[in-house]
Amino acid sequence: MSGLKKILGLLWIALGPVIILFLFIQAADKIAAATEGIARTNTTLQWAIIILIFIPICTGLVIFGYYAWKGEYDHLPESSEEL
Amino acid sequence: MRSTESNVTQSITQVIAASSLGTLIEWYDFYIFGSLAVIIGQQLFPSDAGASALINTLAIFAAGFIVRPFGALVFGRLGDLIGRKYTFLLTLVLMGGSTFLIGLIPSYSSIGYAAPVLVLILRLVQGLALGGEYGGAATYVAEHAPVGRRGFFTSWIQTTATLGLFLSLGVIVLTKNILGAKNFADWGWRIPFLVSILLVVVSIYIRMKMHESPVFSKLKAEGKVSANPLKESFQKKANFKMVLVALFGATMGQGVVWYTGQFYAQSFLENTCKLDFNESRYILLWAIVFATPFFVIFGSWSDKVGRKWIMLVGMLLGVICYRPIYQYFLDATNVKEMEKTMLLSQSEPVVERGLVPDKADSLITTTVTKTLTNGMTFKESKVEVITEDVLAEVPAVETVIKDVTLSQSSYVVIILLVFFQVVLVTMVYGPIAAFLVELFPTQIRYTSMSLPYHIGNGVFGGLVPFIATLIASFQGSTPLSGLWYPIGIAALSFIIGAVYIDNRRDENVMD
Repeated sequence: MSGLKKILGLLWIALGPVIILFLFIQAADKIAAATEGIARTNTTLQWAIIILIFIPICTGLVIFGYYAWKGEYDHLPESSEEL
Repeated sequence: MRSTESNVTQSITQVIAASSLGTLIEWYDFYIFGSLAVIIGQQLFPSDAGASALINTLAIFAAGFIVRPFGALVFGRLGDLIGRKYTFLLTLVLMGGSTFLIGLIPSYSSIGYAAPVLVLILRLVQGLALGGEYGGAATYVAEHAPVGRRGFFTSWIQTTATLGLFLSLGVIVLTKNILGAKNFADWGWRIPFLVSILLVVVSIYIRMKMHESPVFSKLKAEGKVSANPLKESFQKKANFKMVLVALFGATMGQGVVWYTGQFYAQSFLENTCKLDFNESRYILLWAIVFATPFFVIFGSWSDKVGRKWIMLVGMLLGVICYRPIYQYFLDATNVKEMEKTMLLSQSEPVVERGLVPDKADSLITTTVTKTLTNGMTFKESKVEVITEDVLAEVPAVETVIKDVTLSQSSYVVIILLVFFQVVLVTMVYGPIAAFLVELFPTQIRYTSMSLPYHIGNGVFGGLVPFIATLIASFQGSTPLSGLWYPIGIAALSFIIGAVYIDNRRDENVMD
């Protein structure tokens, strides 16, 4: 299980930037390609808010992946003294 | 000394009742906004804003969720510094006050864009207050609960979110039925917001009589209260890594399951399936009534079998079942297709004439009510624009379906499907307070457990209606495309939870 936790850690590290990149591509695509009717529901502001929210969360995912890869989750603390 | 004795003797039932009532009212305040999104959208934005009014209103609704983690930080810190009792007394006042004021905000036609801006500010205050409330109530109850029954006792707090939603839907439906649809849309929608102040006064009175948590009191007496809970929670790696695993492996998936089952379902039935206003709410009300006991059942069961797998199975079932369930919603309400073979009768057309807002063009709406052989009814409106300019291109006639009422059998099946989704909510949500409380030590518990809870629920969960509606508005998307957001998040959380979380129950939360 520890091996799986570490390997998946690399996946989480990669997933953070991939999600942000995906959101940027989607935002550019939807804002640029929006037709008159759709343009009003796909504004730059809405996409900016979404990206702004998910950047720190994806950063957290990268940190989580890094901890996992370093083996920090091989054993979870069982009492507060271990924290 | 006397205070310590009374702390001990205060029964757990009183603790749960007083905590739950306040939390329930806070959820009520928070959810009436979402339950009235369509009407509020019409009041806050220009009358020709169309779909963007709903999406912008959902964005304001979502803003309240997004700031919840900041409320968790601010009030969580206060809770760990000055105590649980006074902190969530403060959050209650903020929540009640801002909800009452939303009910007084003039509409767009009176004050223009100041209306949505003011509502946004009040919505942010609501979000901050709720961010501080829940962690306090859950911590307070958990710190009073006997060993081995923490899941059972905290699950009562977990019912408050759903019961708050139930109360908000109930008050809305009742107000609308008493006032009639037109009065309700004009001014009656404000009543559920104004009523809040009475509920909050009652709750404040009850909470004033509560005592501080015995665990926190002990910590305070020993001089062990954290000097800087924020720093200890997030700068100390051992704590921070637990915050991350709680977020990605539990609360993130739990949040999207909650808001898909109890919010997106109703929004989808009303806005995508064009179900009648009351009918979509009655469906959710029935589902909630039958499913609510499962919060306590799963909370109690988690005391015996552990928290982890109950929550994760709830997420997995959501991932597997959401698309077939919502496909059924679409099929059962596809009246245009049914009309081809099942049309029984149609009413005389009702013609309404008006003007296109801000233009000289005329607007003619012709509405007929159709009845199908299976008992379903719906209204079909043809909207025609007559332009003054004879050289202008003639706009196409738009056909709008609305106010669909279901056949008896479809009505029952849809209630069962929404009920199933709410049961999934009870699986992921029933044990989570106990799970989070047990993950963190007393000194920093309020701060540490509040943050992952509110990012998971506030950000991931609260954004479900907004992001799903946004995805469904993309070119080439289908009405089910919006579901990819909760499905993807729940699947990711399931994997992380299954691999990284232990199925243990920490018996000692006094440390």
